[in-house]
Amino acid sequence: MGEMDQIEDGRATDTAPSALETMVVHLQHLLGDAVSSADISGGQIILRTTSPALITLLTSLRDDVVASFNQLTDLTAVDYPDRPERFEMVYQLLSMKNNMRLRILMPVDEGQTAPSVVGLFNSANWAEREVWDMFGIFFAGHPDLRRLLTDYGFEGHPLRKDFPLTGHVEVRYDDTLRRVVNEPVSLVQEFRDFDFLSPWEGMQGQIDAGSADKVGKGE
Amino acid sequence: MAEMQIKPITMNFGPQHPAAHGVLRLVLEMDGEVIERADPHVGLLHRGTEKLIEHKTYLQALPYFDRLDYVSPMNQEHAWALSIEKALGITVPRRAQYIRVLYCEIGRILNHIMNLTTFAIDVGAMTPLLWGFEEREQLMGFYERACGARLHAAYFRPGGVHQDLPDGLLDEISQWAAKFPSFIDDLEMLLTDNRIFKQRTVDIGVISEEDALDFGMTGPCLRASGVAWDLRKTQPYDVYPEMEFDVPIGKTGDCYARYLVRVEEMRQSLRIIDQCIANMPEGPVLAENNKVTPPKRGEMKNSMEALIHHFKLYTEGFHVPEGESYTAVEAPKGEFGVYVVADGSNRPYRCKIRAPGFYFMAAVDHLSRGHMLADSVAIIGSLDVVFGEIDR
Repeated sequence: MGEMDQIEDGRATDTAPSALETMVVHLQHLLGDAVSSADISGGQIILRTTSPALITLLTSLRDDVVASFNQLTDLTAVDYPDRPERFEMVYQLLSMKNNMRLRILMPVDEGQTAPSVVGLFNSANWAEREVWDMFGIFFAGHPDLRRLLTDYGFEGHPLRKDFPLTGHVEVRYDDTLRRVVNEPVSLVQEFRDFDFLSPWEGMQGQIDAGSADKVGKGE
Repeated sequence: MAEMQIKPITMNFGPQHPAAHGVLRLVLEMDGEVIERADPHVGLLHRGTEKLIEHKTYLQALPYFDRLDYVSPMNQEHAWALSIEKALGITVPRRAQYIRVLYCEIGRILNHIMNLTTFAIDVGAMTPLLWGFEEREQLMGFYERACGARLHAAYFRPGGVHQDLPDGLLDEISQWAAKFPSFIDDLEMLLTDNRIFKQRTVDIGVISEEDALDFGMTGPCLRASGVAWDLRKTQPYDVYPEMEFDVPIGKTGDCYARYLVRVEEMRQSLRIIDQCIANMPEGPVLAENNKVTPPKRGEMKNSMEALIHHFKLYTEGFHVPEGESYTAVEAPKGEFGVYVVADGSNRPYRCKIRAPGFYFMAAVDHLSRGHMLADSVAIIGSLDVVFGEIDR
């Protein structure tokens, strides 16, 4: 069980912390081995899991009468090229009954497939297509896994960290061919990416002495 | 003669079609006049906002939020500002919170006028659009008075709002708000009991409560299906807890219910606007923490420290402590969420934007199956989609 660090911020918090703690205890009892850790951060519950356990985990979260996380608000991925398992899938769930938000983090390696959750939540349909498009994570069991946002015939996965901001191809209308053509990007001047980070300690830690430890640590 | 089997016709709707509300290519498989399958092709307005934000400082990323749903820009800046404030632990001055809520509700009315009137034009009523844009023009005038821009405001900043409202603006908004109900009445007179409008919308594109939740619908589209869920009430932010307003819900979940919910939301927004103007406190509009918010222009002329702060903020920017957060606001279209992964530097490591319209568009296939071709226009109109936020 992970440490419980709660936030008491000045604003009206999403839910009273005690209700969140009760829910975490309930979820750990309910889910057992399917979660590898459970924390509370920013007034939301964070569960970590692995891809084989994901479907069981989501099914219990959705169908359990007490938890009843009835909406998959969002689904995305984050690319961490330095980690042994490159991608992290992020599922945002909402329980309207308890007025609670829950986030599931699940590592997926490059070339590994993630289980599709379209069977559980229809909202995952396009969200998974977008993740496939942007990160190249394949979803096993998705009914219609096509690219969503990029151009027809696009190659590569733009939101990966090794994909350049300028992309690889640019389009223009060719007057002689009378159609739009793809060409390798040619920049008139080199792409400028300024590093403004201060070589000294900078402003790190000065912002608000207390705020840094109030925010839940990611990894 | 043997019975003939008619092959379903595949037809393109858009990407250049006035009723597609932007650049939507809808591939329809038709059995005669009836839609068998609708396959929306989106992404024609994809600009890589999330990738661009990864390469910008937190403050430079803010204007991208105006360009998502360009019909209600400030509501989205709000989500970004709130998420940074949460990560940094800044408290926003009361006056700034009131100004933000005031402008969020102006944004909501801007959005609903745009949606309702273009929806009406899609199903054959021309006049509401002409009347509505006059009102929109005035509201965009209020945007301009506050921040200098009619659309891409960049007005809500982490820590408050960029500058204080000019003198007399609140009185003008108040005068406008007193007159606006008569516009809503006129709009309703033209549409609510209109036989043609009702024939085009009642029982069209019905979505049940369970399906609406399952498809990730939020905002007016979810409330039209009978779910009383509004983040301004359930997970309030800024001064929304102090505001008195009602959340209208529909019962039938069809295009007509979505129309009715939005009309009532405009009336409720007016109530919030009135309360904001009546209770607007005096005081600063930006948190006085020069590690995050810029110093005043006058200070910069005299104080070396202020000058350094200004320089550092607009080059290096501020650092956000390591961590991740999901912040959602009730944008006019629904739940607009921002998931930010911060790595402790001056740029977000990852920023995922949860746009409400994205999930509406994904439900178009479900909504339009079995309907006539003309109904798909009514369905898209009633969902309130803007491609700036769907394609990002």
